[in-house]
Amino acid sequence: MPYHSVVLVKQVPDTANITGQAMKEDGTINRAALPAVFNPEDLNALEMALRVKEAYGGRVTVLTMGPPRAAEVLREALYRGADRVILLTDRKTAGSDTLATSYVLKCAVEAIAERVEAWDLVFCGRQAIDGDTAQVGPQVAEKLGLPQITYAEEILSLGEGEIVARRALPLGTETVRCSLPCLLTVVGSANVARPPNVRRMMAYKLAATPFEYPGLLQEWPEFESEETLDRYLSERDQKILVWSASDVGADYGRVGLAGSPTKVLNVDFVALGSSDSKEVEESTEGLARMVQELIQDYIL
Amino acid sequence: MMGAQREVWVFVEQEEGKAAPVGLELLGKARGLADTLDGKVCALVFGHGMAELAEKAIQHGADLVFLADHPELEVYRTLPYAQVAIDLVRERKPYILLLGATPIGRDLAPRIASAVGAGLTADCTDLRIGDFERKARTYRDLLYQIRPAFGGNLIATIVNPEMHPQMATVREGVMSLSKPDATRQGTILHVEPSFNGAHSALQVLKREIRLPSVDLKNASVIVAGGAGVGSAENFQLISELARVLGGQVAASRAAVDAGFISHEHQVGQTGTTVRPRLYIACGISGAIQHRAGMDQSHKIIAINTDPHAPIFQVAHYKIVGDLRQVIPRMIEAYRGVRDLGEG
Repeated sequence: MPYHSVVLVKQVPDTANITGQAMKEDGTINRAALPAVFNPEDLNALEMALRVKEAYGGRVTVLTMGPPRAAEVLREALYRGADRVILLTDRKTAGSDTLATSYVLKCAVEAIAERVEAWDLVFCGRQAIDGDTAQVGPQVAEKLGLPQITYAEEILSLGEGEIVARRALPLGTETVRCSLPCLLTVVGSANVARPPNVRRMMAYKLAATPFEYPGLLQEWPEFESEETLDRYLSERDQKILVWSASDVGADYGRVGLAGSPTKVLNVDFVALGSSDSKEVEESTEGLARMVQELIQDYIL
Repeated sequence: MMGAQREVWVFVEQEEGKAAPVGLELLGKARGLADTLDGKVCALVFGHGMAELAEKAIQHGADLVFLADHPELEVYRTLPYAQVAIDLVRERKPYILLLGATPIGRDLAPRIASAVGAGLTADCTDLRIGDFERKARTYRDLLYQIRPAFGGNLIATIVNPEMHPQMATVREGVMSLSKPDATRQGTILHVEPSFNGAHSALQVLKREIRLPSVDLKNASVIVAGGAGVGSAENFQLISELARVLGGQVAASRAAVDAGFISHEHQVGQTGTTVRPRLYIACGISGAIQHRAGMDQSHKIIAINTDPHAPIFQVAHYKIVGDLRQVIPRMIEAYRGVRDLGEG
């Protein structure tokens, strides 16, 4: 029996490769200097959904919420095997904390069930590397009234309206059985995400949202106008579906800053330099002096 | 606050009746916060056969314990635990609700926050009481939820001015554990859970607890290797130095990814956060993720061939050189100094 999945993914600044240029002189983050990437554990979530599809049949719909640029991760999802992708973008959602974000995502996941396809499983990465909160998955589950399997590492079986999965916890593992539909948050140890498939990269080379038409037209002037490009992409299932928060029925009072109970009081830059640092000669004598000092200071 | 005392709640996580340390740490912290607010500390103790733990919560600072003792709560499961907590929060409207930033706390807290529409801050490293001004309005005595952000480069202070409870999960080990006081008095309130049936959606079939063979958290000396170590064979130098100094072996993510050593040795954001007396970083360039897991070490020695490696920004002792030469010399120097000292 086929199982249909929705995968929630996020485009994040690549905090794993922060270099000196990422910090401005005043200690704030220079976001422009950070490349944007597919949140790593969301790739694991997508991989888990694709494996369900391969084992049982079904379709995988990938949804992201973010600025128009986030369509980049949707194309990556298509290259890897997603059947459908949706961009939820709305200026009014800027500044959403996890509560407001989970509300918009809940509305969108419900809209998928109503307008696109009913789903059995919702997947997300355990957490995003820009915030590390791990809150959005459980909050979406709560708002959808779904049971949740956090820290999911492997789906052991699916059948009879139930899923059996293994959770990876710091001190061991837990195997749980859960009724469907349910939401899983997937950990990085779950799998190694497949790379983009070359054939699919060719097939979805032009996949784009209308926001990207001006850029595409520059690259492919033969389309001449956005209308012809739009028709061409629509006919070939290459037009990425775009929804606003109101398209999915979200109440603007519950999104963005207005819908976010948490407020940032202030942000301090952490000075990295240690106050008392000394150069140590790499000679045996130099090292011996250091060792002596550490012993005197009761460090060694 | 309608005349009633403001309540600071702590979820006291337990495993087989034994409290997770972070729950008791939080009771001590909550005691301080409640005293500042002239409020009460309330502990949430859920499980089966938990009377002893309820007493312990009082000894660690609780005035009131909400004890939900029920067979359905014996092993942690999201839905029944969330249901009991949500019902209690709706009924008593606490001012603050704290949970440990453990897998259980991070599974449960967002579920509660979402249901009651509260703000939630993850993984706090400090909590304080203070005021907040916004749009010409002053909010008094809010909970300052302080947490590192962006891989430890920033420290953000978050407040929840309006939608209460003010909820936070708190990192393990950052609040000090106070001594229990057996003379403290408190009240235990028995809570009768009312499950609506949805709680049985998930069953735990099997749990396998494995004890970690590497104990980085409690190590006082850690010798860590990174990509610069070059090979699994060279990594034996790291082990040798750790052995001589009586320390533990750790690694950066790059070294783990390169297959030099297993993940349980990994220090950093996706590994263990450590705070030893001495941390020796060998051939580790010092990506922010790694530094976030070790920069609170009391003393840091960094060995690297690249004088501009970011690890040197947090090091107390900077050694620019090849670890293949520096480590044997350091072992020799240590043995020499020790022999002289003891001879």
